[in-house]
Amino acid sequence: MAPEVLPKPQMRGLLARRLRFHMVTGFVLSLGVAALYKVGVADKRKKAYADFYRNYDAMKDFEEMRKAGIFQSVK
Amino acid sequence: MLATRVFSLVGKRAISTSVCVRAHESVVKSEDFMLPAYVDRRDYPLPDVAHVKHLSASQKALKEKEKASWSSLSMDEKVELYRIKFKESFAEMNRRSNEWKTVVGTAMFFIGITALIIMWEKLYVYGPLPQTFDKEWVAMQTKRMLDMKVNPIQGLASKWDYEKNEWKK
Repeated sequence: MAPEVLPKPQMRGLLARRLRFHMVTGFVLSLGVAALYKVGVADKRKKAYADFYRNYDAMKDFEEMRKAGIFQSVK
Repeated sequence: MLATRVFSLVGKRAISTSVCVRAHESVVKSEDFMLPAYVDRRDYPLPDVAHVKHLSASQKALKEKEKASWSSLSMDEKVELYRIKFKESFAEMNRRSNEWKTVVGTAMFFIGITALIIMWEKLYVYGPLPQTFDKEWVAMQTKRMLDMKVNPIQGLASKWDYEKNEWKK
């Protein structure tokens, strides 16, 4: 074969190294995705609902809809 | 007691394919594909048979030399022994190729043909769209949805500015 000597490759602990890498990565990514979902979707939605209903007047809303003429039961 | 006697009967049945084939050579001619085969696979590192089935005279001599101490073998002899046993090394069998370009190109080509077929279909097969797709109809429909305040928190009506009577910026 070739005259130059290749360095001896890693012979042991290959599965352990692979498992460690993937478990750490999986853990970090899962937590990251969960955190992003909580902030970007869940908390945002809760805030949107809270802001909407803070000063919500159902009767005023109803009057606007009635004036727009969408109801059949009341004009 | 009875279970162990049954187990020994079952154990006696475990004989390999090639032994069965050899036993019935007078009746059944074995094809190549019926015998254990050589494979170059990452997940099957030690195949069932060696790569070279019929050794030349020099190879036979080398196999005899292999029975003695291995330190007497030269580097070339060791490689020759390896090549007798294996077809491709792991590095060779795992080499990358350009096949993916062919696959992606062919897939895109046929998707393109499909697009042409769909264009022809829209032109010559399909009838007209229903009136509910006309621009005026959709405008009236959207106005009614805004009047009804459809999804006012995060959906359609939340994007409309009711004071200025226009879409929110």
